[in-house]
Amino acid sequence: MPPRYLLRRLAQVLPTVAGLLVLNFCIIHLAPGDPVIALGGEHGDAAYYAFLRTRFGLDRPLPEQLLTYAANVLRGDLGTSFVHGRSVAHVIAERIPATLLLVFSALALSSAIGVGLGVLAARHRRRPTDTAVNVAALLAYATPPFWLGQIALLVLTVGTGLFPVQGMTDAREQRAGLVHLLDVLHHLALPAFVLAVSELALTTRLVRTGLLEAFDSDYVRAARAKGLPETSVVRHALRNVMLPVITVIGSRAGMFLSGAVLVEVVFAWPGLGRLLLSSLLSRDYPVLLGMFLGISLAVVLANLITDLVYARLDPRIRYH
Amino acid sequence: MPGSIPEFDITSTLIPARVERGSGRRIGSPRILRTDAGRIGVVLTFVLFATALLAGWIAPAHPFASVAPPLRPPTLGHPMGTDDLGRDVFSGVVYGARTSLFLALIVCLLSGSIGVAVGSIAAWQGRGTDDALMRITEFVQVVPRFFLAVVVVALFGPGLDRVILLLGLTSWPWIARVVRAEVLSLKQREFIEAARSLGAGPVRVLLREVLPNALPPALVVLSLSAASVILIEAGLSFLGLGDPDVVSLGYLANNAQRFLRVAWWMAAFPGAAIALTVLGLNLLGDGLNDALNPRGGR
Repeated sequence: MPPRYLLRRLAQVLPTVAGLLVLNFCIIHLAPGDPVIALGGEHGDAAYYAFLRTRFGLDRPLPEQLLTYAANVLRGDLGTSFVHGRSVAHVIAERIPATLLLVFSALALSSAIGVGLGVLAARHRRRPTDTAVNVAALLAYATPPFWLGQIALLVLTVGTGLFPVQGMTDAREQRAGLVHLLDVLHHLALPAFVLAVSELALTTRLVRTGLLEAFDSDYVRAARAKGLPETSVVRHALRNVMLPVITVIGSRAGMFLSGAVLVEVVFAWPGLGRLLLSSLLSRDYPVLLGMFLGISLAVVLANLITDLVYARLDPRIRYH
Repeated sequence: MPGSIPEFDITSTLIPARVERGSGRRIGSPRILRTDAGRIGVVLTFVLFATALLAGWIAPAHPFASVAPPLRPPTLGHPMGTDDLGRDVFSGVVYGARTSLFLALIVCLLSGSIGVAVGSIAAWQGRGTDDALMRITEFVQVVPRFFLAVVVVALFGPGLDRVILLLGLTSWPWIARVVRAEVLSLKQREFIEAARSLGAGPVRVLLREVLPNALPPALVVLSLSAASVILIEAGLSFLGLGDPDVVSLGYLANNAQRFLRVAWWMAAFPGAAIALTVLGLNLLGDGLNDALNPRGGR
């Protein structure tokens, strides 16, 4: 990948980040009541509010306030959670690993199953298997993730007892080592699968459409004509088909994270979703604003990584 | 995201358009009814519209009225059971569907107008205007709609009006991009040249010649966008951020979470209604896509 492309792409991120900061600033100032409430919550005392006012320069003119706010945020200072009594950045950071574990497991699951189903459908074009996969994909795409979670809980947990009800580990006994890992995986399986299902649909359809297009192309016809086995032909075509799949998966980072948050709430998974819900209930505004900013930045980062991966994979793209 | 990745048409990859088979040549039947997807989509969307319009007649009770003992499983009188306060779940679902549809319609109207305006102006003016508008479009596309809505509702207080406004103001980039691509290709066509040489001004050409031809693809995107908007609102209400004065399907699902072990019907029916609504709109988009470009895809 040419370094010039990398630099240019990084430069494009800066205005986006600046825009997100301005957006957050606007939300804080447009919210009804004093902006100090949005920064410090409703239950602070006068001294705390006065402290916030000076730290965020709320007695200064608006442009200066914006700069102070941006400087604070860029230093990682997102304010203090009045519920947890600690810095917002810390409160959020300690929830990230659980959410990342869930998100990446789901991503791996949805990619693996999605590509598999897409290949299956394309190879059985217009036969019952194809129709079945298409219908399943459409249904999966239409199902709200939290509802799928509720139904999975009802049927697989309450009904059969195969999976643990909620949480990340068994609270009844402390475990360590391999047993602990298996325990976490056991708790992870259902939420990860539920989250994977809605994304799986898109991957399946993209792979199917892409493969069908590829099957009509000259290079596949040539591969078949020289007698390559069908599996090699599919693998060959799949390399080209995966490019748009990567773009679409990357561009859906925001949707994926919102799905993760809802699934976490259903399964009481101790990640950002639980934090979001508890902050909503306790009106912990600094944490909510910090999470919005953090998640927006994560989406920008996901898009950046997608672009870089894309540029690395596709030798045709040189971006000058 | 700042557009370095070559644009591709997401609807044509999302939706496997099917080539019409022999039976498709029935005279007089609208094109959208020629595919299975289109037919099911039209029926589901029609049922949704009918339910929303006739909610007062269909629902046996007011969705907030306690009419029976609490937490009763489905019976003939209450086909979807009752909730923890003895309210009829079926009535809740009917009125909830009305809320979802109302929300989706207004959001689509708002985001559709912005998207068409931004997309066509960007493509028509080109150069600096195009660059500036597309940067804005990319920015709005990056902002995570769901989380923005969460923060705004939390800080500004719940209300269907602000959710509609917010989703309307953030859901247009997809439409703008499709319209822009369409207008860009139409701009080069002969009939536009012909209109110009007949002395039509740029505004007239854009409004009378270009836009009517650019709108059909936007319609496909709009029906898909309506589906995603309904899912987002359901997610918001599921977190307890819905308008407390309006019944929505997400609100019912949120209420069901606490009674999952004792009252499966409280969770099962509202969620199924959301899924059917979204499925119907997606299939409608699917069918529209087939009808509007029958030779595209396969």
